[in-house]
Amino acid sequence: MVPLSWYLILAAFLFTCGLFGALARRNAIAVLMGIELMLNAANINLVAFWRYSGAVTDLAGQVFALFIIAVAAAEAAVGLALIIAVYRKRKTVNVEELDLLAG
Amino acid sequence: MPIEIPIPTVTQVIFLVMALFTAACGLMVVISRNLFHSALFLVGALFGVAAIFVLLEAEFLAVGQVLVYIGAIATLIVFAIMLTRGMMRGRTSPMNHVSGRGALGALVFFVALLAFLKKVPWPEQAQAIPVDESLIAGLGDKFVTTYVVAFEAVGLLLMVALIGAVMLARDR
Amino acid sequence: MLTQYAFVLIMVGVALSVPILAILANYFLSPHKPDPVKTDVYESGMKTVGDAWVQFRAQYYLIGLVFVLFDVEALFLFPIAVAYDKLAFFATMETILFILMLLAGLIYAWRKDALEWQ
Repeated sequence: MVPLSWYLILAAFLFTCGLFGALARRNAIAVLMGIELMLNAANINLVAFWRYSGAVTDLAGQVFALFIIAVAAAEAAVGLALIIAVYRKRKTVNVEELDLLAG
Repeated sequence: MPIEIPIPTVTQVIFLVMALFTAACGLMVVISRNLFHSALFLVGALFGVAAIFVLLEAEFLAVGQVLVYIGAIATLIVFAIMLTRGMMRGRTSPMNHVSGRGALGALVFFVALLAFLKKVPWPEQAQAIPVDESLIAGLGDKFVTTYVVAFEAVGLLLMVALIGAVMLARDR
Repeated sequence: MLTQYAFVLIMVGVALSVPILAILANYFLSPHKPDPVKTDVYESGMKTVGDAWVQFRAQYYLIGLVFVLFDVEALFLFPIAVAYDKLAFFATMETILFILMLLAGLIYAWRKDALEWQ
């Protein structure tokens, strides 16, 4: 049997990768991909905690993970539409050049 | 004094292989220079997560992961890359000017998570789960009883997302 | 339960090894005499012009968008369908409300000609 901590370490690593991508990438789509990785890491944690908790038939972890998948789909749809709209106006998706609101 | 190396079970070996694959793909998503390669590695990482779900015996979630993430979200990301391509050509680096601080922050975060992980005695053994379709039926039951507000909120969110995204992405 | 997946793993192993073996056998057994015509992208076809990257149209994105949202809806409706005969009447009403909300989104997309191919 795989100990729970192994899943948690994998999720922590994936979350860190996503965090780095969201903080450090120049392309807005790459930033969005980092966010997807972070959401997936959270999902691994939820399902692992569900599996190793005492109440397997309670299914709370799985339900939460499904809600996260739905939220991720909505987030990706609107986020990518925003990026496309910005690209149409500014001809760039570089997050460093999108600084109209920077003081 | 001989060091005792624990012999891994078959499940552990499969987990380690899948975990290494997922982690490698996840890392390549964020450091790959070509955005399109990033998207392909993202598909690999998502598939690895689906395999992890199978190992956790959450088969329905694994199918949902493949269906929604790989079948739909990854497709949308590839479409968006195709629609906005061309502007990253000739750039020396895919990283922005705060990438150093970003890497440092992510590393500190990871070390903090690992330190926290070592502090807590996590369970070693998973619980036995029933082997029939009662889990999926249980999910459906939970959606319309305990979590009905969240379920309807998801419906509303999806509607708003559809309307908003159509408004934003439409050619005018 | 998990041991049943051993068969899937064996299947994957066999399925992967067949094409890999075929390609490797091809690589080692075939004669190897390349020339510029043979290594062209399309041997004895038109010369390729320009970049393989073409500008996509936003229409693809809109169709993909509608697909994503209804993919998620299917994911939520499937467990409810499995549990259907155990559900109360009120639960069915909630499910119908869920479908109607997404239907409203679809009608909006339809009315705005998002599904029309221009």
